[in-house]
Amino acid sequence: MENQKRVKELTEKYGAENVVVIVGGAEAEAVGLAAETVTAGDPTFAGPLAGVQLGLRVYHPVEPEFKEAVDPAVYDEQVGMMEMVLDVDEIIEEIKSIREQYCKFND
Amino acid sequence: MNYAVVKGTSYILVHARDMVIHNGTTQTTERVINPDSEYLKKLPNHLRSFEDAVAYLPNQIYIGNYKPEELEKHPQPWYENPVEGADRFGKYGEIMPEDEFIGLIKIVDTFDLVKLTEEFTNEVKAKLEAHPLMREDLIARLKTGEDISTIEKLIEEQGAEPLLTNGKLVGCVKRAHDVDENLSAHVLLENLVSKASAVLAGLNLIAKNNINPEDIEYVVECSEEACGDMNQRGGGNFAKSIAEIVGFKNATGSDTRSFCAAPTHALIVAASLVQSKAAKNVVVIAGGSTAKLGMNGKNHVEKGMPILEDMVGGFAVLLGENDGVNPILRTDLIGRHTVGTGSSPQAVMSSLVTTPLEKAGLKITDIDKYSVEMQNPEITKPAGAGDVPLANYKMIGALGVMRKDLERSELNDFIKKHGMSGWAPTQGHIPSGVPYLGFAREDILEGNIQRAMIVGKGSLFLGRMTNLFDGVSIMVEKNPGKVEEEKGVSEEEIRKLVAESMREFASHLLQN
Repeated sequence: MENQKRVKELTEKYGAENVVVIVGGAEAEAVGLAAETVTAGDPTFAGPLAGVQLGLRVYHPVEPEFKEAVDPAVYDEQVGMMEMVLDVDEIIEEIKSIREQYCKFND
Repeated sequence: MNYAVVKGTSYILVHARDMVIHNGTTQTTERVINPDSEYLKKLPNHLRSFEDAVAYLPNQIYIGNYKPEELEKHPQPWYENPVEGADRFGKYGEIMPEDEFIGLIKIVDTFDLVKLTEEFTNEVKAKLEAHPLMREDLIARLKTGEDISTIEKLIEEQGAEPLLTNGKLVGCVKRAHDVDENLSAHVLLENLVSKASAVLAGLNLIAKNNINPEDIEYVVECSEEACGDMNQRGGGNFAKSIAEIVGFKNATGSDTRSFCAAPTHALIVAASLVQSKAAKNVVVIAGGSTAKLGMNGKNHVEKGMPILEDMVGGFAVLLGENDGVNPILRTDLIGRHTVGTGSSPQAVMSSLVTTPLEKAGLKITDIDKYSVEMQNPEITKPAGAGDVPLANYKMIGALGVMRKDLERSELNDFIKKHGMSGWAPTQGHIPSGVPYLGFAREDILEGNIQRAMIVGKGSLFLGRMTNLFDGVSIMVEKNPGKVEEEKGVSEEEIRKLVAESMREFASHLLQN
């Protein structure tokens, strides 16, 4: 709830085109829910983003788009272990589908 | 170094069926927000009987009647496959039914805050008299009981918390102040439950390990409750209040807090007290929590499962001076999640697991068993929280791959060999690191394993004072059998040495 509020406030302050959300869930389902919240709105209709379609760019750290954008040494130090632990393919498939459906930006 | 040793452990559970309905925060919150909810209507049909709770394999493992390895062999779901001939008493402790426990809450109450009906007092007195660990002086504390109308009046007019068992009102906990929320009946009930379950763990520690309670010099309590009044809300001291009832006459003590990481912090503190000779025998102890009862109840009911979070947990550990036999606690090989560590899972796990290994010159695979957050996955998985121990083992294994201690293809074997399925109830600090300590002691003494790592992690951010996470770890190792003697030199010896040198010098002079 608190995070939804922060995302909403930051988007209002800087504009949706200047905000990228990195979600850190460990399960594809949870990642999908978080991604849906910051694009199509809170699917549980419980928080400040209920019915608010921000359409933000949203990525998970194990996605190639994120991985390529950061220093490989830092990535290895911070994410390397989790990359091995998580079901990377499932997470990517889930978040990508959300992005394709609801993200306002085609890049 | 002369490390402290693990001399004994105890593990207890309390079947708190009615407390799930009346004191678990998921249920109390639901009653405020949505009093007519389907969940609250369905809930009573999903509560287990005491016999079912006793025959539940994870509970049997918790009290030491079966080893954790049994979980892998037992058909799932465990709640549909009861253990034949299960006993409420176990190698490390016991499972207490709710009525006896309500009696124990009265016994540990030193301020006459707990009122029980006369009828219930008589019933429970008979049961506790048959209990092998209840001393006469403890049973005498039950007194004679009250009239039911007095209890009803206290609940209706003075905000007392009702005590129920089998759906029947049998007593109440009074508030201790008209205005102070910290002394409200609600807070006092939580604190008394924590105290009573810790006392039960203490009594079992003495009985199961042949301990003389008078040998205990210090008690470190590590639950997640706060005891105090409006001027010192977390003033403490649970430790001493527990020691008083258990009979640790020669002990003082204090409380250690760090959410779920507290038991491992407490082990480190206690081991340090013993090693520094500040105290010879130190007990680490904690009772359980009513608030967490039925925490994931909505998911369990939704999935047609019994409410598995109907157990209040407790444990106690005795640490003592190195006896050359019992496993040692390596205070020089401690993992610490520091302020500067960072909060990524990798940073957390590295600080807790690989940093002490590096110091010791050991590989990830040199630790035979890792005891992490040993939550029962049958409770957490239906609630969407996954298999917590398994997630931890995957992370530890992945760190091993990164350090080249094992091949990636060996990850699954690593998890099987160095990990365990979880069996502890989701009572915060109760499942954290310590549930395996009893088995670790046994496995090390029997020569099955050389060393284990106890890892405790805590979510400090829940208290809103910091965004930081917390964690500590400590290694438990086979005792090498050497008890080093401290070689001090006495004044007399110095005089003797000086005299000898003078004589030698004098004889040289004479010769010359």
